[in-house]
Amino acid sequence: MTDLGTSPDDVQFRFRDDQMVDHASVTVDAFAAQSNAAAVRIEPGDDARVLLPHLDRIALVEVNFPVFGDGRGYSSARALREAGYTGELRAVGDVGIDQLLNMRRCGFDAFAPNKPLDEADAQTAFDRWPNVYQNTADGRVMISELRHG
Amino acid sequence: MKILTGNDLKSGAVVWWDGAGWSLQVNDAVDVGEDADTIAASEEAARRVNVPYAIEATRDSQGVRPAHIKDRVRALGPTVRPDLTLKPTEPEALDWIV
Amino acid sequence: MYKYDNYDQQMVDTRVEEFRDQAKRRLEGKITEDQFKPLRLMNGLYLQLHAYMLRVAIPYGTLNGAQMHALADIADKYDRGYGHFTTRQNIQYNWIKLEEAGDLLADLAKVEMHAIQTSGNCIRNISSDHFAGAAADELVDPRPYAELLRQWSSFHPEFMYLPRKFKIAVIAAETDRAAMRLHDIGIQIVKNDAGEIGASFYVGGGMGRTPMIAPQVREFVPLNQLVTYSEACLRVYNRHGRRDNKYKARIKILVHEMGAEEYTRQVEEEFAHMLDQGVEPPLAEIERLRPYFADPAFVDGPKTCDRSDPDFALWVDRNTNRHKHDSYVSAVISLKPVGGIPGDATAEQMHLMAELASKYSFDELRVMHTQNIVLPHVAISDLHALWTALEAAGLGSPNLDTIEDIIACPGLDYCSLANARSIPLAQKISERFAASGKTGELGQLKLKISGCINACGHHHAGHIGILGVDKKGTENYQLSLGGSEAEDVALAKITGRGFDEAGVINAVETVTDIYLGARNEGERFLDTYRRIGMTPFKEALYD
Repeated sequence: MTDLGTSPDDVQFRFRDDQMVDHASVTVDAFAAQSNAAAVRIEPGDDARVLLPHLDRIALVEVNFPVFGDGRGYSSARALREAGYTGELRAVGDVGIDQLLNMRRCGFDAFAPNKPLDEADAQTAFDRWPNVYQNTADGRVMISELRHG
Repeated sequence: MKILTGNDLKSGAVVWWDGAGWSLQVNDAVDVGEDADTIAASEEAARRVNVPYAIEATRDSQGVRPAHIKDRVRALGPTVRPDLTLKPTEPEALDWIV
Repeated sequence: MYKYDNYDQQMVDTRVEEFRDQAKRRLEGKITEDQFKPLRLMNGLYLQLHAYMLRVAIPYGTLNGAQMHALADIADKYDRGYGHFTTRQNIQYNWIKLEEAGDLLADLAKVEMHAIQTSGNCIRNISSDHFAGAAADELVDPRPYAELLRQWSSFHPEFMYLPRKFKIAVIAAETDRAAMRLHDIGIQIVKNDAGEIGASFYVGGGMGRTPMIAPQVREFVPLNQLVTYSEACLRVYNRHGRRDNKYKARIKILVHEMGAEEYTRQVEEEFAHMLDQGVEPPLAEIERLRPYFADPAFVDGPKTCDRSDPDFALWVDRNTNRHKHDSYVSAVISLKPVGGIPGDATAEQMHLMAELASKYSFDELRVMHTQNIVLPHVAISDLHALWTALEAAGLGSPNLDTIEDIIACPGLDYCSLANARSIPLAQKISERFAASGKTGELGQLKLKISGCINACGHHHAGHIGILGVDKKGTENYQLSLGGSEAEDVALAKITGRGFDEAGVINAVETVTDIYLGARNEGERFLDTYRRIGMTPFKEALYD
């Protein structure tokens, strides 16, 4: 099997303290067949929900964004977080400054853009929105709940 | 002839490649021949123009006439607002578009 | 109407800063046009034929006088003194500079307005009934629910890169004034047998290349699950909507190909899962929103007015709508003067409409999807004064829903997607019928013109529709008959081969003559068409 996935060196931003998984990811199809994999790579057309019965043994899920305009990975990420996945969720591929925060809000906690991003611009993007209108996977309390205590 | 057009990146104004830079007047457009892609790429990279593209046109005694009506509308302005075209005092200039 | 709190204000202010930053990175070369384009579109900034165009959101078509004044000021300050009201109740400006767009947005934010998600493959501005809160026939005011959905859909992190654009309409009357079933999601606020208020969901409608009428996917969604159900609808679309072909990427294609039943099954499954995910705003939030849309302080007054001036009487008959308070009406300001550009208004006209709103309509205005403006709450005793002021400004055309009240997209005069011009056709048709004097005799006749297959001019929903196409470099027009965007929703059918500009104007007159000859007492054009079918019209046009 060809190596898939990013290495720890490719990860530019990470919001976790645990050790990074340092082995290749397998495809969703291969994961279904191969019982011992702990790292999986989701492509836009994959149904992330296939992984849900096995979340306890997965330490890394990479979600690939071949082109930033294909937003299926956002739904994949939320589906995993909503099901209780607590391992690393890494956005890889065509990840730009203007996608970072939306990805973060959908549950991504690591980012491996295929072209390194300007650190200051990225920091600005992560910190930009003081409040949000939706409850998603980042744990922030949505504005409508803040309004009503 | 083949001419090159696009929009000014900052202002959005319709512009035409005149051989040395970008003009607002279609009549300044020059034949770019085989160089369209090269000029377009370097000018876009320099951020002097947005989404440049080459079009067919003809030149006669009146000036340069883009082959497609869309580019003639771009060259002059909206036919329904002669006052906002490049020739606001010559409403008959709109006949050139159609 | 709704008033921003600090949170809402902070959101639009932050968005202004974000857009300034994005534009700066584009101008500095840190991002390419390919990267910038979706970002600027998500803020309503297009590159059109002559310049950048900016579309400003008017949520559910409601605005106040200060906002209308601000729109006028923007037209003067950043554009060329006018704006264009659109078929999705927004306004767009045609001559915007990228380097000034940030300042424009900052000016908008000062009056609680924005251009958020007025384009792009995301959830667009929520549209609604332009008579909401005023109409005698509504169940409740739909706007609190539209506002709830506006906030939910703004910067929704999961749905910013959908397969394609996504439009939602919310109505709360049996009369559909918002083309509800021609939206990606159409929501009708209804009452169930137990007397509870909830929402019927229709999903997968739309116009464009492949027009479809949305099927109902859920008869009744309880109010405290409205956002969750919407989110489930979107997630199934985001997951399965086609991304291989942008012409097949709208949700209507998904619902059609998957089947409404299977789509519904998946939505219900997702919905059941989401119910305990904390997606729904607290019920207190809808209770907070409702009072913003409470009735203004109506006072009892005369229920009739002096109709001795026939011009005034005609305007009253055509351009006013029955109000829930019988001393008031909703008055429509026509932006369709004979020979004019449908939906365009000058800065002076916008200022005047704002002043008239503050004087006669509790400071409220609405934008109609038919590109006219409504003063929703006008005392019947004020109607004559209002009409007089409108007449003096060229805004008193008595032609609502007549053949002169033409919807037209900007077409090839402005739009980079267009194949043919729409506006000149609208101008000439209105002139033709005004001159022939047949406008009144024809009664309700909705004529809608699009300059390309994207159907921004709603031609599929026109009693008479016209679609501009490019025929070997010249403008050509296809005629269609029998569409409706209202509660009797239907898609128009093409009559046959197309016409040139003069030909299609004659063709419109021909089909109206067939109608006048064939109609029964009380029948509208659409009714006669439905009764007699296409054949007599075709014979008259082509034989």
